[in-house]
Amino acid sequence: MTTSHALAPALGTGRSPFASLVRQREVPVASALVVLVIVTTIANPLFVSAQGVKDLMLNATITVIMAVGLGTVIITNNIDLSVGSILGLVAFGTGSVFAAAPDIPIVFVFAIGLALGALLGAINGFLVTVARVPSLVITLGMLYIYRGVNNAWAGGQQYFAGDRPAAFGRLSVDTVLGVPIITVIAIVVVVLVAVFLARTRPGRDLYAIGSDDEAARLFGIPVSKRVLTAFVLNGTLTGLAGVLYASRFNSVGATTGTGLELDIVAAAVVGGIAIFGGSGSVVGAAIGAVLLTTITSSLTALNVDKFWQQAIVGVLILTAILVERIASIRKARRLRTSEATNA
Amino acid sequence: MPEQTTTPSAAGSAIDPRRASSASRDTAGASGTAGDRDAARRDPESAAERTLRRRRLLTGRGAIMIYALLGTLLVCALTVPRFASVQTTGFLLLDAIPILMIAMPMALVIITGEIDLSVASTAGLTSAAMGVLWAAGWGIPEIFVVCVLIGIGCGALNGLLVTAIGLPSLAVTIGTLALYRGLALVVIGDNAVADFPPALTSFFTSKIGATGIPTAMIGVAVIIAFFGVLLHFSSFGRTLPAIGFSKEAASFVGVHVGRAKFWMFVATGVVSALVGIYWTLRYSSARSDNATGIELAVIAAVLLGGVSIFGGRGSIPGVVAGVLIISSVSYALRLGGISDVVLNVVTGLLLVGSVVTPSLIAVVREKRRARRAARDVLAASAADAA
Amino acid sequence: MMFTTSTRRSVRRAVSTAAALAGVALVASGCALTAGSSDGDATTGSGSDGEQSIAFVPKQLNNPYTDVVLGGGEEASKSIGYDYSVVGPLEASASSQVTFINTLTQQGANVIVIAANDPDAVGPALQEARDGGAKIVAFDSDTNPDYRDVFISQVEAKDVALIQIRQMSEQIGGEGDIAILSATANATNQNEWIEYIEEEVDTNPDYAGINIVSKVYGDDDDAKSFQEAQGLLQANPDLKGIISPTTVGIAATARYLSTSEYKGKVALTGLGLPNEMREFVKDGTVTAFALWDPAQLGYVAAYAGQALVDGTITGAEGDTFEAGDLGERTVGADGIVIVGPPTEFDADNIDDYDF
Repeated sequence: MTTSHALAPALGTGRSPFASLVRQREVPVASALVVLVIVTTIANPLFVSAQGVKDLMLNATITVIMAVGLGTVIITNNIDLSVGSILGLVAFGTGSVFAAAPDIPIVFVFAIGLALGALLGAINGFLVTVARVPSLVITLGMLYIYRGVNNAWAGGQQYFAGDRPAAFGRLSVDTVLGVPIITVIAIVVVVLVAVFLARTRPGRDLYAIGSDDEAARLFGIPVSKRVLTAFVLNGTLTGLAGVLYASRFNSVGATTGTGLELDIVAAAVVGGIAIFGGSGSVVGAAIGAVLLTTITSSLTALNVDKFWQQAIVGVLILTAILVERIASIRKARRLRTSEATNA
Repeated sequence: MPEQTTTPSAAGSAIDPRRASSASRDTAGASGTAGDRDAARRDPESAAERTLRRRRLLTGRGAIMIYALLGTLLVCALTVPRFASVQTTGFLLLDAIPILMIAMPMALVIITGEIDLSVASTAGLTSAAMGVLWAAGWGIPEIFVVCVLIGIGCGALNGLLVTAIGLPSLAVTIGTLALYRGLALVVIGDNAVADFPPALTSFFTSKIGATGIPTAMIGVAVIIAFFGVLLHFSSFGRTLPAIGFSKEAASFVGVHVGRAKFWMFVATGVVSALVGIYWTLRYSSARSDNATGIELAVIAAVLLGGVSIFGGRGSIPGVVAGVLIISSVSYALRLGGISDVVLNVVTGLLLVGSVVTPSLIAVVREKRRARRAARDVLAASAADAA
Repeated sequence: MMFTTSTRRSVRRAVSTAAALAGVALVASGCALTAGSSDGDATTGSGSDGEQSIAFVPKQLNNPYTDVVLGGGEEASKSIGYDYSVVGPLEASASSQVTFINTLTQQGANVIVIAANDPDAVGPALQEARDGGAKIVAFDSDTNPDYRDVFISQVEAKDVALIQIRQMSEQIGGEGDIAILSATANATNQNEWIEYIEEEVDTNPDYAGINIVSKVYGDDDDAKSFQEAQGLLQANPDLKGIISPTTVGIAATARYLSTSEYKGKVALTGLGLPNEMREFVKDGTVTAFALWDPAQLGYVAAYAGQALVDGTITGAEGDTFEAGDLGERTVGADGIVIVGPPTEFDADNIDDYDF
């Protein structure tokens, strides 16, 4: 019943390009974001001052990268609840590496972080594909295990911004054409993954697997390999987010990243990714992440009682699921009637 | 009769050998005349199935978890000083009660193929309401009524969104997790209300005589008994695994799938509200962040107790054992002064191991079966050729 | 079919039993770890094997400030000859300490030294511990006075408040809007200091031009405090200074200020760890801040515990006891013991400290 994003243009016969543009899955969440920014700016123009915009972009970066990764996994009808713990491990690892070897080239540290994230993601993927156990259960267990490892490794040790090279910290400060460097990295990631999912064979296979993995297997898609790839990709991107976390924030230690997982799932869901897989796009997930991080700043700028923030996020998630469901019902109905008229 | 079920998913069960044979035990027969169907709806089990089920009560996954629990308690009593004492019973059970309570309806929800992540937030919202109403001077009985109503409301919202509108419960309850916790913050803010009547708060920490068992366990035992009887001995309860296994087949047999799931969510909401009350009075502190995070502990314990995340199988004794195993291990490690770090890793390994091991073994067995089948075919064609 | 249903079922049952036994074995190894690491029948009893025990229960483990305090406590415990242990939750929440207090009650710990996440949630458990004969010493963050024998306060609460507002006033020229970024909204110690700061600003004529416009809470979480700092500056564009009476908050705010356009324009002071703040003092984001020697806090707490067990003090006002190398300490009103005066840090002396 769920359809791949790429089929949409095929249905557009006789439909204006504007209509099919409006029907894109990212439109609801993107419009919500635009409305939010406009409303907040009217109330407090500082919201879009140079510093304000820079803050918005910086705040969103890490969530965007993680939402793109987790979104890829959710598209295959799986989930990875251990992303918070993976981020913590990689962030602390980054701090440790710099503390042990202060002159190490920053590129090497990125490589180490990405590799560590990929490894942890691969463990998850391996357990899910080889043992054929639902990913919710596996990654719930790995959440506990990775957090335990983080605590055991870090103990009371924390590394602060001063323990890392100034150049590394400046990645979160310096800008390229007004956009902070780490945000540029995030944008590149979104583009690359979106292209991968929409335009390459392995990427499109992920949607097929999410829609119906039995049918995908019968069709000849190497399901296990693809799902493993999705988990490794998620782990790698979370690793990247972990390294960037160490660049932006002050302290990394045993509790870094605790509780992030549900925020990232929320971002993906709000961005239009169906929780049962098979539809949605990582661009939507990225916009969802930006929306959720902007709400926090927006409410503060509007001087709204911060206590309302979480309730508003809850309502947003429910609305997003509702919208996604309505959209997929209508699309399925259109598919059915178009097949009936074509037959 | 049991072997002839023709549920649609039985055909696709080659990948999951568990389903193939559990189909014969758990689902009602889908064939038969109208009269048979009526009888099937009223009592969908034949005598043979009933005997099988009772036997399984003693040797099924649920029973195994109970043996594992006894083993765990034995090992901990032998290796951890002071574990085998009346004080342990008291402290351990006091800590286990919230998880034990919520695990009961949660097991039923997961058996029907859904999930509810918002339980901790419902408890938190209830706690916040308790604090605010108490500070405003309301009486305790009225406060209890309001709390139960809150539980019903939260559960009903989840149920409506999942059954009437058809949204996926994982996504919905992630949304309501945030919404209810957010409402708790709106209701009580950052404040904490702590001046509850000492008579009430000491009741919740009191123990029954010399046994060390907390007095509150009486109420908990009632809840466990209720859900146990509901799931295992009532005809409504027997429809729940059927729904989880295949809701199409269940509705063909005349089970009201939507209604059953709706009431399961309401049950979860009500019990979560009761946990909110317990939590507030046991710690004598109403805060918006009470009970944060216990949803994952509940789900871990329920899965450990043998409930399949796919839905369709699970037993109450198994879940009780699962909760108590995790609680005993936590308490034993803390009594021994081991950091919670080890506890986290052990919980994770327990969860992963308990689900991966049977699955891995099933995969290995299936491969071996396939290989043997291929060998048979080759031998047969060699014999033909000869 | 190669196997009948019943054979398959019994194989599966055997396999599940094996899995469950494996699980039990796993758990057993976890418990065996317990037996191995608690030296002998170490977890002591009130006089059961002659040695007294003192257990520290911090707000949460793996916190660098707490670790320094515990270091002092351990040193003192060794000098006294008590068996020292630390237990605590990994997350600082209101009720997470209760189960650890319960295990200490069961082990018969003689002294429990606790920094409470919530003053009341730990009450009933502490009461039960007292019924079992334990002495309760609160430190760093007080519990409800009904539940403890003495409270060790690192400094005179009022002194800490006065120093912070004085430093802020010096840095902003005596007038302007300021804000406060605290830890959790319930934290007893922070709330007390904030109350004194507000009172001082209201009553002291030197601070007449100063306005406290906002109070926000970073929950002692680095990322959250960071975002709260952002919010403060956006909501109050004329903000001249931020006071952050918590080490996590001041460090996060410093990091934000030093990476933003507000560096050098918005003053920042409060309570911080020298090691954490050194970089920000050197790059000019922070001019001066304060703290005390956390190790002394743990040190005095341990000696207070010993004095309670020996009967030297009962927690009544006027009692005195010897706090090892630090000399005599007196119990003040409400059972509060002050450790010493606070220390101020700035660019001149920050390199002299290592914690």
